[in-house]
Amino acid sequence: MPLFKSKESKQSETKFEFPEPPKISPRQRVMRFFNTPRIVGRMSVVGEKESKGPVGKYFQKCETDDKMGEKTFERAEIRMLDTAVRGAVRDARKEIDDIDVMVSGDLLNQMTTSSYTARDIGVPHIGIYGACSTMTEGLMMSAVLVDGGYYENVVCAASSHFATAERQFRYPLEYGCQRPPYAQWTVTGAAASVVSTNTKDNRRFPKIVMAIPGLITDFGINDLNNMGAAMAPAAMDTMFALLTQTGYDSDDFDLIVTGDLGKLGSDILRHLMDKRGLKLGQNYIDCGNIIYDVDQKCYQGGSGCACSATIFNSFIMDKLMNGEYKRIAYLATGALMSTQSCYQGETIPCISHAVVVESPFNGE
Amino acid sequence: MRENTDVIKVRNAAYNKYVNNVTPKTNIAKAIFHSFAIGGITCVIGQAIGDIVLLIAPDTPKDMVSNITSMILVSVAILFTGLGFFDVIARQGGAGSFLPITGFANAMASASMEFKTEGLIFGTSVKMFSVVGPVVVNGIVWSSLAGLINLCILGMY
Repeated sequence: MPLFKSKESKQSETKFEFPEPPKISPRQRVMRFFNTPRIVGRMSVVGEKESKGPVGKYFQKCETDDKMGEKTFERAEIRMLDTAVRGAVRDARKEIDDIDVMVSGDLLNQMTTSSYTARDIGVPHIGIYGACSTMTEGLMMSAVLVDGGYYENVVCAASSHFATAERQFRYPLEYGCQRPPYAQWTVTGAAASVVSTNTKDNRRFPKIVMAIPGLITDFGINDLNNMGAAMAPAAMDTMFALLTQTGYDSDDFDLIVTGDLGKLGSDILRHLMDKRGLKLGQNYIDCGNIIYDVDQKCYQGGSGCACSATIFNSFIMDKLMNGEYKRIAYLATGALMSTQSCYQGETIPCISHAVVVESPFNGE
Repeated sequence: MRENTDVIKVRNAAYNKYVNNVTPKTNIAKAIFHSFAIGGITCVIGQAIGDIVLLIAPDTPKDMVSNITSMILVSVAILFTGLGFFDVIARQGGAGSFLPITGFANAMASASMEFKTEGLIFGTSVKMFSVVGPVVVNGIVWSSLAGLINLCILGMY
């Protein structure tokens, strides 16, 4: 092997070609919500590190203490989710008793954070697990419940905490180990939004018009640290369905936002979409990429449920509320592995759900 | 099982190769320099401690001096772990801070701190060796093997 590769040979190696054109399945994957459920309330709570990032000023609440005065990090996460859910309900000008059901999830084993929060709040609870894609899964589920007329007000929430996720998936916090330059940083935060029926009072709120459930995609990555590369194909699959089956072009969206691919993952996603004949333009951003500054030493950016959930419920919802964005597509991606499955040599299956949200000022 | 497995295999191999090529790599020269610097500084500090001990009490036997030196290094490493800046040093130092004594101390202290919340028995005691367990097991296994080779083949004892 030559010690120094010439630039040309390197150029050809950094390209990925599909061995054969991927089959385009005739399956219709888009759910359309004709009763247009509205997102009437939202709240995002983040840790200190996130609040110092580029979108820090949009978050509603910042917790400066990692433990928030609680005994353990797990209790701190529960408290954070509790704050987010109650804040979202308050933001929607409703009482806890008005909420019919809570759809929530997090990263921990057996979803303890969500269940304990639901216990404290005292509303019926549907626990979901979609790893980092939990927020879109929650929005999709609540939109289905509201659109079908089963419930009037549904709150959906997601949370993650750096310390608890690190302990479960990696090493103890103070353990001195080097992170590889392609690692991502789990976001400390929680976010919730209240989805309600489309009544006269709710006309001025953003509406959920479509959702696409994801297909589990596995391109054979089994590096626990390289989540961006593992999740990019899942995002590609859902994004392909989004841009071919909804009838919208990529220019029809003011923003196409993915969850936590990070810098590397979003570059790979751009490349993959290019190979499938769809070019992503300036309107594509990645939450993991924008949540931290370059000098915050987070390498490829943020990850975790809260990464896209907090940005969606603060920055993006702000812009939807004031009509700056007319229509956005929100695709959070999740890596559905456990530490055991990775050590057993299994590859990482990934998923990405999409939700299309429109501003109330669409064309009016 | 999934259909057309061959195509998927080819695709996965191509994708893995592509990902390997675009993934940023650690700057090896810089990492080696950093670990050499941090590891070297640790060793110099250790040597200095040993010399100071000899200065204070010149009659101390050599074993005792090295024991005292390691004790002090371990205590300082644990103290740094507790105060929360060992991982900051380790992020720069890499293998340099992973030197057996200080790295081992840090791994044990961090695990026992982390799992303190589950209680003294099921938390700290059980999980204390979660990170250093492999080191202990491999240390015992390989040293026993080396001892056996020594005994049977070289006949040193």
